[in-house]
Amino acid sequence: MFNILVPLISVVLGLLAGALIMISFGYNPVAGYAAMWNGAFGDAYFLGETVRQVTPYVLSGLAVAFAMRAGLLNIGVEGQVIVGWLAAVWIGSSFGMPPVLHVIVALLVAAIAGGLWGFVPGLLKAKLGVHEVIVTIMMNYIALYLSNSLIRGVLTDGSDRTENVASTASLAAPWLREITFFSRIHYGFIVALLMAFTMWFVLNKTTRGFELRAVGSNPFASEYAGMKVGRNIIIAMVISGGFAGLAGAMEGLGTFQYASVSSGFTNIGFDGIAVALLGANTAIGVVLAAILFGTLKIGALNMPTQAGVPTELVDIVIALIILFVASGYVIRWVFLKFSKEGK
Amino acid sequence: MGFLDALAIMVSSALVFAAPLIFTAIGGVFSERSGIINIGLEGLMVMGAFVGIVFNLTFADMFGAMTPWISMLAAMVLSAIFALVHAVASISFRADQVVSGVAINFLALGIGLFLTREFYDRGQTDIISQPFFTRDIPILSDIPVLGRMFFETYPSTYLAIAVALIGWFVLFKTTFGLRLRAVGEHPMAADTNGIKVYRMRYIAVMISGALGGLGGATYALTVAQSFSQATIVGQGFMSLAAVIFGKWHPLGALGAAIFFGFAQAISVNGASWPLFANIPQVFLLILPYVLTILALAGFIGRAEAPKSLGEPYIKGSR
Repeated sequence: MFNILVPLISVVLGLLAGALIMISFGYNPVAGYAAMWNGAFGDAYFLGETVRQVTPYVLSGLAVAFAMRAGLLNIGVEGQVIVGWLAAVWIGSSFGMPPVLHVIVALLVAAIAGGLWGFVPGLLKAKLGVHEVIVTIMMNYIALYLSNSLIRGVLTDGSDRTENVASTASLAAPWLREITFFSRIHYGFIVALLMAFTMWFVLNKTTRGFELRAVGSNPFASEYAGMKVGRNIIIAMVISGGFAGLAGAMEGLGTFQYASVSSGFTNIGFDGIAVALLGANTAIGVVLAAILFGTLKIGALNMPTQAGVPTELVDIVIALIILFVASGYVIRWVFLKFSKEGK
Repeated sequence: MGFLDALAIMVSSALVFAAPLIFTAIGGVFSERSGIINIGLEGLMVMGAFVGIVFNLTFADMFGAMTPWISMLAAMVLSAIFALVHAVASISFRADQVVSGVAINFLALGIGLFLTREFYDRGQTDIISQPFFTRDIPILSDIPVLGRMFFETYPSTYLAIAVALIGWFVLFKTTFGLRLRAVGEHPMAADTNGIKVYRMRYIAVMISGALGGLGGATYALTVAQSFSQATIVGQGFMSLAAVIFGKWHPLGALGAAIFFGFAQAISVNGASWPLFANIPQVFLLILPYVLTILALAGFIGRAEAPKSLGEPYIKGSR
């Protein structure tokens, strides 16, 4: 029960805190949230943009959640997104292939690239017991700088942006774009939902998934039961990285159709931590949480114009939601205390 | 440009980049030595940079040349208070310390940018009028080469090095430091000996907030001179790397921070220095991170974390 209750209460508390902040800065919170709602669902364009934003969030959320189920905190999703993005664009722009095959190959290579980026911390954790959090943080920066340098030096001749991917590799959905007044919506959301199903299936219906969850809940017991803990750790990180790589491919083949030099992170990976946490690390929870955060992020863009509220309010709200979910112990404690007194 | 000139400029600019990392890394050492992981260093630096710049812009007329110093003080105090969020969540509410730290990073940037828009109506503040200026130390700065390397720099750099030395003294030569370390190694044993575990951890996290704030403010008041989304991008994580590369020891962290400062200085200005012109920039950019991973993997001496790092202490449980 608390798996559902804690996230719900946290979201409500987060939004209430956002309302309080709006009031204390002289804004009308009702107008503020109405502007957000309109900005996310107000017309077909906004709806299309919301779906576009939700798509990579589902995948980066799955990435964090999958590792978490195996007892690993993958902060490196951000870096895995970046390498996946770059790999997808590389395949998409530098090779010629028949239509459907090209997309599939580009997606696969993106997943492999992300998986490789997850393999390194997985291997170090499994073989040398190095904590995955620090290694993945470091891998994020290596990914960022390496990708920038590859874009400048290898994929282009000193340019800050690659060419667009070939139409055969693009996830673009012209008819969907047309009915959403040319939002940047693309077919990626199908990939994201497929992957959510895949994660549920692997974790709950396969032996491998059972082993991964066992290692996550008690590595020592799993070891005694004859499972290879180290191998499961590596597999978990590789699959997690694969999801993250696909999240990057959504941006590279769908939203932007190119890769560019960036001075900072995409934040898709970091937001994925929030998504997974709120979704209680389950596939369905991740999809729902991704929808919520995607809505908040896209809706927020409408807040300055319609209600005068700075967009950044939403970042505060999301941070608070994470804090509240993480502090679930207190929500549980308060709840149990009240339910005991009621008896 | 002769070799010695280049070297002098390189060392002095490395020290400029190192100073914020030193402050923040020493803060990280305090927090982690008490058993609290602090991924939130980045956010604490953001808060420090934001407060430092806003205070400086607001009070420049009132305090004149003293403004940067008082801005540093304000950043230190407010960041220490802000760090309480991390302390409450991870110490009292038993939140996952890494997740709480991630939230701190989001929160600091959210608050900083929200208030920047509130106060200045756009995403970036003005350039401050009272930054730190480099100062020549009389006599010492006249020493050939060495003078330009070490004695024509920002006063904040000396403060950072002093803080590292004080941090070492406090952690390893005082009762307070012994207790703080005991709490991070074996909180139950410490508790049995009458050390207040929660209080020590709160103090440690607030020290990391204060020093992270100083670090952020130092970067803002020397290098960036304004606040925006792009002011603090990764310096906090680099400080965290310095904590680990320095093996959770203040002097190790000091050394690591200076070394990373070098890497940063080289990656920014390297192209114009004869020695480094031929090394692709990307190697210099990723060097600190690669080295940290190697250090963790045990290739550069094994880095051992405090025993109870990351575990919430629950009174009465074994």
